[in-house]
Formats: sequence, structure tokens, C-alpha cells
Amino acid sequence: MRLLIINGHVIDPSRDFAGSADILIEDGRIKTFAKEGRIKENQGKPEPRVIDAAGMWVVPGLIDMHTHLREPGFEHKETIKTGALAALKGGFTTVCAMPNTNPVNDNAGITEFILKMAQAAGGARVLPIGAVTKGQRGEELAPFYAMREAGCIAFSDDGRPVASPVIMRRALEYAKGLDALIISHAEDPALAGSGVMNEGLLSATLGLKGQPSVAEEVMIYRDIALAELTGGRLHIAHVSTRGGVRVIRQAKERGLKVTAETCPHYFSLTEDAVAGYNVNAKVNPPLRTAADVEAIKEGIRDGTIDVIATDHAPHGREKRTRQFDDAPSGISGLETALSLGLALVDEGVLTGLELIRKLTVNPAGILCIDKGALIEGTEAELVIFDPEKRYVLDAEKMISLGKNTPFDGRQLKGRVIKTICGQKVLEWD
Amino acid sequence: MLSGRHLLGIKDLSAQEIMLYLKSASSFKDILKRDIKKVPALRGRTVVNLFFEPSTRTRTSFELAAKRLSTDVINFSAPSSSILKGESLLDTALTVEALGADIIIIRHSFSGVPHMLSKHLRVSVINAGDGTNEHPTQALLDAFTIMEKKGGFEGLQVAIIGDIIHSRVAKSNIYCLKKLGADVRLIGPATLLPECFRDLGVKTFSSMEEGLEGADVIMMLRLQLERQGKGFFPTTDEYFSQWGLSNKRLRAARPDAIIMHPGPMNRGIEISSDVADGGNSVILEQVTNGLAVRMAVMYHLDERKEQ
Repeated sequence: MRLLIINGHVIDPSRDFAGSADILIEDGRIKTFAKEGRIKENQGKPEPRVIDAAGMWVVPGLIDMHTHLREPGFEHKETIKTGALAALKGGFTTVCAMPNTNPVNDNAGITEFILKMAQAAGGARVLPIGAVTKGQRGEELAPFYAMREAGCIAFSDDGRPVASPVIMRRALEYAKGLDALIISHAEDPALAGSGVMNEGLLSATLGLKGQPSVAEEVMIYRDIALAELTGGRLHIAHVSTRGGVRVIRQAKERGLKVTAETCPHYFSLTEDAVAGYNVNAKVNPPLRTAADVEAIKEGIRDGTIDVIATDHAPHGREKRTRQFDDAPSGISGLETALSLGLALVDEGVLTGLELIRKLTVNPAGILCIDKGALIEGTEAELVIFDPEKRYVLDAEKMISLGKNTPFDGRQLKGRVIKTICGQKVLEWD
Repeated sequence: MLSGRHLLGIKDLSAQEIMLYLKSASSFKDILKRDIKKVPALRGRTVVNLFFEPSTRTRTSFELAAKRLSTDVINFSAPSSSILKGESLLDTALTVEALGADIIIIRHSFSGVPHMLSKHLRVSVINAGDGTNEHPTQALLDAFTIMEKKGGFEGLQVAIIGDIIHSRVAKSNIYCLKKLGADVRLIGPATLLPECFRDLGVKTFSSMEEGLEGADVIMMLRLQLERQGKGFFPTTDEYFSQWGLSNKRLRAARPDAIIMHPGPMNRGIEISSDVADGGNSVILEQVTNGLAVRMAVMYHLDERKEQ
């Protein structure tokens, strides 16, 4: 099968390119990438199917470093299949699955199970992230070598901080033998306490326990200090605070090997979304203040924050009828991330090229995978995205089983039209 | 006329709505002084006390107020409820509604529970205290008591003392008194009184002497003793020495200042017995006024329902 994509605005951060180009795909691989000009020669082969991408962005398949697929154990919230399909609809052709399933992905057997299910699902590529500690209990290291052998791409106790500084130190040290990445859910558990939203006047006047922003800041500081001590590779997940951005910026200025991500909700919403006890805006780390949102944007702009990840955290329908304190945290984010990211381009925080970089080559580089680029000879993974299409989000129409999103009913701009994965061309309405 | 059919908090009320309740409470208080303390205003209605947190005083007050209005009252308290059998909170409330309740009075240790339930129920919901959020009928009865004693609110100096951050009584009172035009000062250690409260337009003090200077109304809060082990304050002795109300401290306030407490009191911890039982104390009158205010609330919400 031959596929020719013409007239699109092609963005390929791997070659620092954003402009008009045509792409010819042959047998599921990128055959030709032709800047400023039609691909004419057919060399006696059959006429390709032509996709006219006028007015569209044509970008490499996106990579989500931070996804919760819930299987095994919480299949009513999401399965590997629904999550991997939701990913494709959101433009992600690769997702990294966090280990907080039941059982926890803390051994090679679970890793293999996830990969097997993902293979059968036929959605986005799933790269499992193994737990740092057995059962994510923060006590004993999980078997990194065996899990790496089975296919784990990185290690994290995401959902729970590694409370003990000694265990975190050991994890960073031990992972060095594999040159493996440790992803930190940076939250000081004592300072965060049982806080269910950001600490401040709003938490006081809603009568909800607050989680102070310093709970994130001090933990980022600790983990950076430990990364410096050990020389381990550290990535800070879901940065949400001004203080967190500042600490990471200082560490990078000192030349330390630390990278960081934030999520669309941390640059799109403030804690005000929680008012009225809106459980769909309950997320951990919590939504912060306008000053934090500005600092996150600045961190995205100046490169302190390398990656935009979704922290896709689907929950079942019962979430909405639970009282706020009891409701689980998380936002179903795979299908809205690109639209929300596009708002950064519209606001002038990033160029389109820079946005796509944080969704493709930057995570690929941190994860050491050969993905997220439009290189001739590689498997075709690309997304056709209409940056002007406006739509009102209807959570019920999302593929993800998790309908929990604070963006439900909001008008969003920019929509994935097609996702191309090898031989498959998926069309979304 | 009220804007909603629930009473979830003072935060959402206008000064006019608060005054409507206070004026009606005055009429109901007259009824409570009669030999026959009952009116048929809500005859045939069913009121359910749905209490998920232990309470004797507030529950009894609501129960008696409902009975004075000739309603049928059912007490549904957590230990005997199906909550222990794993039924969800919402299912319990829907069951109570299906049994024919007209007004559901809810107390819960989580903030926002009455708000969540009100979105799913057709009946009127009254918040009888939710977590550390609000206790609106307490603030209304406190305002009613102040109005009776001081005649009005404009420019009145009201000091609220103690564990502000964890107190739903304090929060409802702050909103209520600010809306009615009083000047509010908050006094307490910074661990229990974060600076952000200033953004509500109140003054904050760590010193009792400074905070009580010229006060017309002194509102003490119950200190939750379990906070002691959590690092909020070192000992109850030290707490009383700094933030307890004694006769000596009282001298900083106006001589005619009234002393209020939502009860139950920790004598010798936040308030000395001689102050609690002294001439300036209106603590027992607050209890009586609570009945009149709760009658007024149920009466108006029922009226609203018929719209």
C-alpha cells in the first residue's frame, strides 16, 4: 500500500523542520520526505492513495511518558485496549504505562502480561514502566534487571512518592548499572498529609485539607540532590508548582542530569476549578494558583520543562457521586492533551515546532527510544491534526473508559483527524 | 424570598436572605415562649436527620425545631445505618428521599457532602455541619443572638478566637458577620489561623490582648483536643495561657461585651468557668435561639419548595 500525504504543514522536530512537505508512505514505512515539492516519481508502482492535508498539521506520532492504563486490576476504569485506542485518538502512538496496577508491575511477569495485552489490543505501542519498589511500598527495590529484560522502559513508584530518601538513593544508584531512568512522583508525604487540593484560601474556605506547594518543591529538591550524589538519571513527573520549576531550573543551570514533565491541566486550569466540590478537578498533584500556572508556562517556554505528558488517570463513573475527600484523584487526559497543548501555541508560549518537540523527540530522548520522528525508512507513525477545528468536549464520547475530565463541556480547539500507524490509517470524526 | 431550596452554607446567601431568617426567627422565638410551643406550619411534612457524625446538641435542636413545626421527624444516624453495610452515601440519601422525606438535614465529617447530595436530590437539604467547611444554622443563631443583644451589626467589633482553620462555625460566622456589616477579628496561633484569612477582609491577631481591644462580641471556639498531638500547639496549659478567655483578659474588651460559645465547652482550656458562667455570657441563650432559627430555616425552605 502506498500513501501520499500532500499539502500539509509538516512538523518534524527531529530535523528542526516546520513547513510544507509531502510524505510518501510505502508498506507502512516512510519512503520519502520531500520538502517544498510534490513527490512525482512513481517508478512504475501503483498510484498512491492521496491524503490532502491542506490546513492540517502533519506530525510524528506523539509519545506520552505518563499514562495509567489500569490493567491488571482496575479494568472498570480502563483496560490496556481502551487506553491504547484512546491514545491513538489523542494522537499518541506510544504510551508509557505506570506500574500502579493490581498487582503492581513490580516483576517481569506483570511486565510481560502488559506487553502481551498491548500486542493484542492493536492500539498505541505500550511501554511499561516498572515499579521502583516491591508493591510500591517504598521498602525494597523491585528487580530492575529482570523487568528491564522483560521490557520496562523506566522505573517509577508514581502515584506514591518514594518516601525514604535511602531507598530513593539506592534506586538511583542501582539503576545506573542499566542506565535506567527513575521517574519521581515528587511529593513529601508528611507535608502533603491528607490534603486533597492545593493549600490556600480556597482550601480553607471550602473546608478541604490543603496540600502545600512546598510538599512538591522539597521533594524535587531532595531527589535532585540524590541524583547529584549518585549520578543517576532522574525525571520529575507532573511538575505543578512555581517552586518546583525554580528548583529544576537551578539544577539544570548547574548542569545536572535531570529532566521534567508537566501535564496539560497544570497549564490550563487553576485550583478554582475545584470550587463547588468538583470531583473531576481532583488530581494529584492538585491544581494550583494562577501564579503557578504562569511559572509552569515559563518553565515550558524556557526549556526547564522538557516534556508534556498526560498523566492520563481514568476512573469509573462512580467517581462523580463520591464525596470530594473520598473521590479518587486523576484526569482522563489522552484525548484532550493535544488540544490543550495547542492553546500554548495560540498564546505565544511555544511555537508549533516547540510544542511537538515536547510531545515527541524530547520524551523519546529521555526514554532512549527511536520514535517521534519522520525519518525515511522508519515505521510510519504520524498524526494529521486540524489546528483550527473547534469542538465542545463530550466526555461520554471519549474512547477512554474514564470520563473524568474537568474539560467536559468546554470548547476546545484543535483535533486529531487521522492517526497513521504502519499500515493502518485511523480516521476520527 | 430565598434564592435556593437548600441551605448549604452562608457563603452563598445574600444579606437580605440572612435577615429574612433572622426576622422570622424572632417570630418563632415568641412561639417558643408560649405554653403550647407548637404550630401547625409544616404539618404532614417529614424531616430526616441524617447524621454521619456524632452529635447530640445539634441533632436534638433540629429535631425539636422540626417537632415544634408539627413535622414527623426521623433520626437516621450513622452507627445504625446501612452505611456500615457498604451502601454509598448517595444511595442512603436517595433511600431516605424515596421514603418521603421533605427536608433532609445532613451532618458529615467531609466538607461538601451536602453540596454533592443536593445535586442529586429533589428534597431540601440543610447543612448541619460539613467537615471544616460550614455550619450555617450555627452562624444564623449566633447572628440572631448578637442582633438581640446589640441591636444591629454595622461597625460592631466581633472577635473569634481559637482553631479557626478547622472550625466550620468560625467560617460560617465570618461570612455571615461580614455580610451583615460587622468588623471581624480572628485570634489564634498561626498554626490554627493561616494568614490567608486576611483576604476575607478580616483582621488577624496572635495576641489576645490586642485582638480583644474594644470588642463588642467575643466568640470562643471549641478546641479539638486531638490537635495537640499533631503539632498545632504544645499543651492545653500553654494554649489556655495564651488564647484562653479569663476574666483578666476580658478587661481588654468593652465592659458590655457578650461572650459566646457554640458548645460543648472545654472549661479551663479555651474558657474559664467564671467567664462561661459570668454575667456577660450568653451561651445558654444561644442554645434557645438555635431552636427558633432552625424553625425559621425549615419554614422558609418549605415555602420555597412550593414555588
